[in-house]
Amino acid sequence: MALTGFFTDSTLCIGCKACEVACKEWNEVPDDGFRWSGLSYDNTLGLGHSTWRHVKFVENQPAIGSGGNAPDLMAWQFSSDVCKHCENAGCLEACPTGSIIRTEFGGVYVQPDICNGCGYCVVACPFGVIDRRPDDGRAFKCTFCYDRQKAGLEPACAKACPTGSILFGDLEELERAADRRIAQLHAAGMNDATIYNPKESSVGGTHAFFLVRGDPRSYNLPPEPVLPTMLLKPGWNAVAFAAGAMAIGSLLAFALSTKPSPAASRHPLPKGEGSRNRGGPKGRVRGS
Amino acid sequence: MITERRLEELRQNAVPMQPERGYYGLPLLKEPVWTWEIPAYFFVGGAAGAAAMVGAAAQIAGADRDLIRHARWIAGAGAALSAPLLIADLGRPERFLNMLRVFKLKSPMSVGAWTLTAFGTFASAALFAQEIQKRTDLPVRVIGDAAAMLSAATGLVMATYTGVLIGATAIPVWSKHVSVLPVHFGTSALASAVALLEFAGHRENALNILGFAAAAVETYLGYKMDVEPTITTRAGQLFSGPLPLLLRIARFRKAAAASSLLGSLMTRLAWIEAGKVSSRDLRVPLALDGRHASGVGKTIGE
Repeated sequence: MALTGFFTDSTLCIGCKACEVACKEWNEVPDDGFRWSGLSYDNTLGLGHSTWRHVKFVENQPAIGSGGNAPDLMAWQFSSDVCKHCENAGCLEACPTGSIIRTEFGGVYVQPDICNGCGYCVVACPFGVIDRRPDDGRAFKCTFCYDRQKAGLEPACAKACPTGSILFGDLEELERAADRRIAQLHAAGMNDATIYNPKESSVGGTHAFFLVRGDPRSYNLPPEPVLPTMLLKPGWNAVAFAAGAMAIGSLLAFALSTKPSPAASRHPLPKGEGSRNRGGPKGRVRGS
Repeated sequence: MITERRLEELRQNAVPMQPERGYYGLPLLKEPVWTWEIPAYFFVGGAAGAAAMVGAAAQIAGADRDLIRHARWIAGAGAALSAPLLIADLGRPERFLNMLRVFKLKSPMSVGAWTLTAFGTFASAALFAQEIQKRTDLPVRVIGDAAAMLSAATGLVMATYTGVLIGATAIPVWSKHVSVLPVHFGTSALASAVALLEFAGHRENALNILGFAAAAVETYLGYKMDVEPTITTRAGQLFSGPLPLLLRIARFRKAAAASSLLGSLMTRLAWIEAGKVSSRDLRVPLALDGRHASGVGKTIGE
């Protein structure tokens, strides 16, 4: 089966949030509050257990001469965010139940009938995508519309997108399309357009990648996401060191201060151990 | 989920977008969902694991039988208490057995679940054999001793793996300390095991030496680790490091033991709390310290 991907082009997004709605409807995702945030037109605020597509409203001061906007006006960028479906996925590697799997389409999928809600994927995601739904207890995120893909359909968000900002298709084909698009934008003078796909990082690239204008950090996209699995080696090395030191230390402590017979403990201990032994001589002597 | 209070803060501090502020200063990472059960499990499981190890070391060195007996009790009781704590924190507790559905070396949570299973089995076998041996003439001594040695080996992992569990994550303050946390958790677990044995009435010099060494290491690590100085972190450091060290110098063994136990629990609560605070910190995920500036805004095909 060919690998599929999402290419989300923020220069084509009009901020209509049809993707958010289509995702909720198709996947029957519950609401997560109705509030005015006051932060531009973004009242969703972020991806989470019950938001699998999220349109960001980025108000940017564009670089002069970057084209498209008058230099004295704010640029208003919209970008539909989604689970990145990492090549090396932190959540998938951290999952202790094997609930999170890689599908035949290359997506990262949480099997809801396996997840026991341990919450470890939540801290293993370098993009802050997956979260545990409090009233349900399990972890949820974008399924890459695994059910629709199985049936040969495109994901609900891509289907609903009215401007072609969310493209779905063959992963390699999409990467070529992104290259063509960025060349086109640069030729038009939009030099601040960049592709966000951290292939150089330990995440090894994402199956959902983005074209954004300006600094990806304005979109809360981490410049160099770190795959938590990279930290296992120093961690387990420290475990080996600590375990070794504790075992040897305990053996030495008992070997040096234990006398072969109870009677011997009445004699003064060798220098170094005896000095702190207030209880030694009058300590309880038990049969051994 | 963003609280209403945090939103109000964001509204008040709103300024035109700058990459250094991320996206309206909203957190990039998700907050750890773990509640008090997890640090409590770190504390109980760590103390039980270290107690099994201390008991085995005492047995090899031919120390007092009562100390070995009490160590087995602490290990067995701690293992029995660990499982419910861990299960209580699950979003779907009835599915806890799914933890044993697969074994994944890449997942510290999976390694931990299997370690707890093995440790619980060995620690309770050792305890059971010991109590059988006390009451009957059945030849269970060899089985009990073998189980005790295995519980010591798995107990060492119990006491330290929790450092990898939280260290190998995306949470900045945890991942930064990934190679210190196993030592810190292991040392304070040892201090707790020693303290419990001292409370059980043992005055062996070896325990005092171990308590001393653990408090000294904890004092050093408390000085070395770089955590937000909250009341809990500071108290955890004080009660597991300098205070028991001073109390042991002043020969107040019971007071030192109490302080170590309290510190060991508090430092674990503090580490989980610090992780929650740290998940809101944008400096590391957005590389604002300038270490990774080269990777920003790279385009494909250039």
